[in-house]
Amino acid sequence: MDYSVLIGGAAGQGMDTCAILLEKTLKRCGFSVYASSDYMSRVRGGHNFFYIRFSDRKLYSFSPRVDLIFAMNKETVDIHRSKLKENGFILTQETIEDIVTKLGNPKVINTVGLGFILKYFGLPMDIAAEVIKEEFKEGIIEINLRALEEGYKQSKNRYSLTTFKDESILINGNQAVGVGAIAAGCRFYCGYPMTPSTGVLNYLAAHSNEFGIAVDQVEDEVAALNMALGAAYAGVRAMTGSSGGGFALMVEALSLAGMIEVPVVLINVQRPGPATGFPTRTEQADLRFMIHAGHGEFPRMVIALRNVEDAFYQTVRAFNIAEKYQIPVLLMSDQHLADSVVTVKPFDFTKVKVERYISGEEEVVDEEYKRYRFTEDGISPRILPGKIPGQVVLVDSDEHDEWGHITESDEIRTKMVDKRLKKYEYLKEDIQEPWFIGKDKPENLIICWGSTYGAVREAVDRLIEEGYSIGALIFGDIWPLPTKRLLDFGKMAKRIIDVEQNATGQLESLIREVALMKPTDRILKYDGRPFSGEEVYKRIREVL
Amino acid sequence: MKYEYKLYEPSWCPGCGNYMIRTALKMALEELEIEPHEVVLVSGIGQAAKMQHYIKVNGFNGLHGRAIPPAIGIRLANKNLKVIVESGDGGSYGEGGNHFIHAIRRNIDIAHFVHDNQIYGLTKGQASPTTAMGQKTTLQFDGVKVEPIKPLALALTMGAGFVARGFSGDIPHLVSLMKAAIEYKGYALVDILQPCVVWNRVNTFAWYKNRVYHLPEDYDYTNKEEAMKKALEFDDKIPIGILYKEEKESYEDRFDFIKNGPPLVDRQLNPMDAERLMEEFR
Amino acid sequence: MDFSVLIGGAAGQGLETSAHILEHILKRCGYNVFTYRDYMSRVRGGHNFTQIRFSDRELNSFTNKVDIVLALNEETVLLHKERLKEEGIIICDEDISNGDRTLSFPFRKIIGKIKNPKVINTIGLGVILKYFGIPLDIGEGVFGKLFKGKAYEDNKLALREGYNLIEEKYHLELREDKKIIINGNSALSLGAVAAGCRFYCGYPMTPSTSILSYLSSKSHEMGIMVEQVEDEVAALNMALGASYAGVRAMTGSSGGGFALMVEALSFAGIVEIPVVIVNAQRPGPATGLSTRTEQGDLRFVIHAGHGEFPRMVMALRSPEDAFYQTARAFNLADRYQIPVIILTDLYLDDYTKTIEPFDFGRIKIERHILEEKDIKEYKRYEITESGISPRLIPGKVAGQVVLADSHELDEYGHITEDTHIRTEMALKRMRKLDLLKDDLQEPWLIGVEEPENLVVCWGSTYGAVKEALDRLIEEGHSIGALVFGDIYPLPKKKIMELGRTAKRIIDIEQNMTGQLDSIIREETPYKSDIKILKFDGRPFSGEEVYIKLKNEVLK
Repeated sequence: MDYSVLIGGAAGQGMDTCAILLEKTLKRCGFSVYASSDYMSRVRGGHNFFYIRFSDRKLYSFSPRVDLIFAMNKETVDIHRSKLKENGFILTQETIEDIVTKLGNPKVINTVGLGFILKYFGLPMDIAAEVIKEEFKEGIIEINLRALEEGYKQSKNRYSLTTFKDESILINGNQAVGVGAIAAGCRFYCGYPMTPSTGVLNYLAAHSNEFGIAVDQVEDEVAALNMALGAAYAGVRAMTGSSGGGFALMVEALSLAGMIEVPVVLINVQRPGPATGFPTRTEQADLRFMIHAGHGEFPRMVIALRNVEDAFYQTVRAFNIAEKYQIPVLLMSDQHLADSVVTVKPFDFTKVKVERYISGEEEVVDEEYKRYRFTEDGISPRILPGKIPGQVVLVDSDEHDEWGHITESDEIRTKMVDKRLKKYEYLKEDIQEPWFIGKDKPENLIICWGSTYGAVREAVDRLIEEGYSIGALIFGDIWPLPTKRLLDFGKMAKRIIDVEQNATGQLESLIREVALMKPTDRILKYDGRPFSGEEVYKRIREVL
Repeated sequence: MKYEYKLYEPSWCPGCGNYMIRTALKMALEELEIEPHEVVLVSGIGQAAKMQHYIKVNGFNGLHGRAIPPAIGIRLANKNLKVIVESGDGGSYGEGGNHFIHAIRRNIDIAHFVHDNQIYGLTKGQASPTTAMGQKTTLQFDGVKVEPIKPLALALTMGAGFVARGFSGDIPHLVSLMKAAIEYKGYALVDILQPCVVWNRVNTFAWYKNRVYHLPEDYDYTNKEEAMKKALEFDDKIPIGILYKEEKESYEDRFDFIKNGPPLVDRQLNPMDAERLMEEFR
Repeated sequence: MDFSVLIGGAAGQGLETSAHILEHILKRCGYNVFTYRDYMSRVRGGHNFTQIRFSDRELNSFTNKVDIVLALNEETVLLHKERLKEEGIIICDEDISNGDRTLSFPFRKIIGKIKNPKVINTIGLGVILKYFGIPLDIGEGVFGKLFKGKAYEDNKLALREGYNLIEEKYHLELREDKKIIINGNSALSLGAVAAGCRFYCGYPMTPSTSILSYLSSKSHEMGIMVEQVEDEVAALNMALGASYAGVRAMTGSSGGGFALMVEALSFAGIVEIPVVIVNAQRPGPATGLSTRTEQGDLRFVIHAGHGEFPRMVMALRSPEDAFYQTARAFNLADRYQIPVIILTDLYLDDYTKTIEPFDFGRIKIERHILEEKDIKEYKRYEITESGISPRLIPGKVAGQVVLADSHELDEYGHITEDTHIRTEMALKRMRKLDLLKDDLQEPWLIGVEEPENLVVCWGSTYGAVKEALDRLIEEGHSIGALVFGDIYPLPKKKIMELGRTAKRIIDIEQNMTGQLDSIIREETPYKSDIKILKFDGRPFSGEEVYIKLKNEVLK
């Protein structure tokens, strides 16, 4: 079984409430759920919609082919009619208008619709009733329960789906990053509201009292990274985040992070640029920018998040790597991953290790602490200011000597540059090769990164079923670029197909540069909408 | 109406103060007999900052918080253009706070209309620089913990020559403020109180309506001390009108080569004019 | 002939003035002059020095070996003694040093006579002039242009006193003085003025500040609005405002200031407003070495900004190049409606060199601005085959308004969320990059035509590489160099040709990671076999490059 529901209407009509109720209900019915939203940059009006797909198999992508459309206005019908599968059904506002009028509250249209949809698929009403009781405030629970029931009664039954045991959690990419940060012991987060990164800020703010995390809404993004660096210097795990435009304002401080070797984690939840671009849509066009942002040369790591689980585990890992190497670790997400709500296995917190690499008095040799001591691996012991009597911690944005004092010596300069960049050599040991999916020794090798994983996964699964020799490498760690698997698989492949959500093929350019390999084909998309598994499947078929 | 676009419908919420401000701005331009091509509306990002899509004039919809720098560039390049900055409280006082301060120091001839709804609208309800201490928002769920900025008092301290406050619910009054600000030769600030019907449940239309009052007829807007008192009055009563006005030389006029002669944009470019500069390197 | 004089002392001792005077005297004598400055990031104290090299041949670099050290303090003696050529000498006051190879004189006592402590260095200059047999009146002439009244008289006196202290060692032949002497930043600024730049703004940051101050000094005379901004975030936004309103606009900074312009750079990309941005590089990361040189920002400026948009990056190779390329940058920005980023560095910004006077007649101004008669229904972002849309200046045509917007926009400049328009717009913008490729200039090829040893380098390393190659070719080596000026998009024709026949490719850069090499790997089938990299904040000299090539490549 594999079904998809589309809920559409104008901003402010409450589709998001209906979507949340349906997602949660489906989850509790034990299905795998993949819900993706498409919304405009406005508070009221316009046209927004949700795809809610559910199945008894694990889902990796949304589907633009739908079984049912819940249209809250006429526009929705016009726009989406063509997406309906054969035998599909459109639930229009008119169908349930009478019930809503009878109930006397226009807002209950959502729960009426929900009841209607559940019955259509033959799903029990009691689970939804529980969800309603949890989601709504005291005074409006009753009327919504009635609305659910009325909708249920009005509907015709089309399918009789069996339910399963619910063993998953329902979460989106931004929340998974937030949970990961908390698990990793992040104690400071700051940011300026910017779609689609605001979800991380909101999530952490909501849990700030409970977990003791200082969450600050800053005056601008220039302040954000500088402030996070201050917190990290003082010894807490610190993180900041924004979208591309906000990240652009952090570029000066990123270079500062490189120079002063203060560990920090930063997330860029990408949206289509340049400039303001499409505020509420998705793209993967900041890869090269993230890798090269900042004046001068300094080590950094860039990790692209591939799905919700990955978002959790990699965020945790980012903090450990930042502190191990005393470098900025840049996480890349995008609007699609950030906003898509999916069911996943509960995160395994026993897998989370917090490794801080903070030194104590034993590192103070001859009663004199050198913040930037020259060492074999380029990593200098880090103590925290205020912790060891008699020892001060000096960091400086100027080129500095081992103590952190300003220097203009050409000799020290060269050694310091070497020291900083030497970390790359050691960092390479920590780099994870890209995930590989598909046939062993594939003739056709897909390369992609980050959130395109889901769509590519679905497409590859289908193509393998059809007998194609195909596989995919999905990069998570992307800078420094791991090349082992790429070279191994690349040598064997007849065709290398680059799949990215940008216009210039940025991963491809990186592969040309670092691995001296040239992909043969490109599948690019930059209209601001995410790839679906279906679309990738079709476009790969065209190439093959 | 010459300022109308036929195709582009505002993406603002029903009941938003932006509609009233748009009406007032159109009326002000109409009454001042300014043609669409003679004025540039400069903005940053936010719902207020989409104004030039719904009123037909030259438009420069730039980056969040960065409306003032391009406005200055435009004025210096072409002193014949009327330049109006139109942005929200977040862009004007938060992200663009530094530019705000320095625009006042310059006294460049721009009118700055701040749509001040004391909240972030487009990003869904976070505190803005003018949100009151303690107010609960979608982000500051247990209340704002920083003091709000006092934009008019700050402007006065920086030496602004035109400081005013308006209310979106009082269109005729707002039109008069806008006209005076546009005609003022120098930096003119009009902080316009407006409700955000979705995200600010404290500072509603009624909240403002019950508090604002016109400065009395005999109010002396040349008295800075008095203006400062009025600028800080923001509780049960909120004065609207021109709080302070003083004639000062505008930034452009401090440069003889700009003041005298045609706008820079209209001057001929001839490489040979610069050849004589080589003399000092001989 | 090929001589070098080093003047060294603490900041505040007036060595910059002395060096300026000496290089002008030598220029008056008709020599080619190359002056390199090494100064610390402080206002007083520390150790600064200036090396003035002069010759009857063209000079492209400073040398590590000097004929004369004029030491204004003891530290200078200690630091630079090693640099003396075999016959070289140190000149200083008798209280500073009396060691071997030192000519010490009672400068302080003489000053007591003149009663003006400010002219003490001038006595030393007098000694130097005499040493080389340069006529006194040429020296006096230069002082006469710079000083008036008592200051002039005292300097003249001090010069004569110094002149009488020793006997001539050389008697150099005078030549005709036809050149100008200029540094990279002044040449760049002159290029901007010639191109009709009417707006420049910036925030003081070494080594870009001299562009700001030069243009400011010509502001009234040339009608250029020069604005010191509150921060670099304002800078590019303001320049974009000015350019939108129709004037040619430029802004500049060093890497750290450029970092703050990155958001607005992306804005320039989508809004398609032409603008010229200078990044005068210094060593990073962060504040780094404020008064030193590096080429560490190449990849950064190529990829700076979120989202994808066309831009052009050109690196300046010499003061001449700085003038002509800056003027060209404005034409390219206007033609393609893109940001053009000019990369320079502290070394090129500050060294002064005698060169042929600029030919202003060669500068053409091409603005590509729409005429009123061509307008029916104006669409600022009309989708065209070339990707370039007609550009109208706001306020010029009644009834027509000009919209600029940082959102994705439709042909009129209105916000859109349409997938089809978005794709069309992204393609339209990127099409300009294809077209731009026709306007690219291939790198300069110096050295032999089909070299076995192919050097690749960019920007200001040109001078040192040129000098090194001249020597190596004289010695019979098969070596040549491609010196990139236009660097993004990368012009590939010559490297594709020469890469085929070269036995090895040598990458020479002033950074640690070999950034040009990484671009060559990305864009061509070639990669460098050997890298000669330097990132200690000091520039390559011709000699250093020569030795490295000799020892590491041609061994």
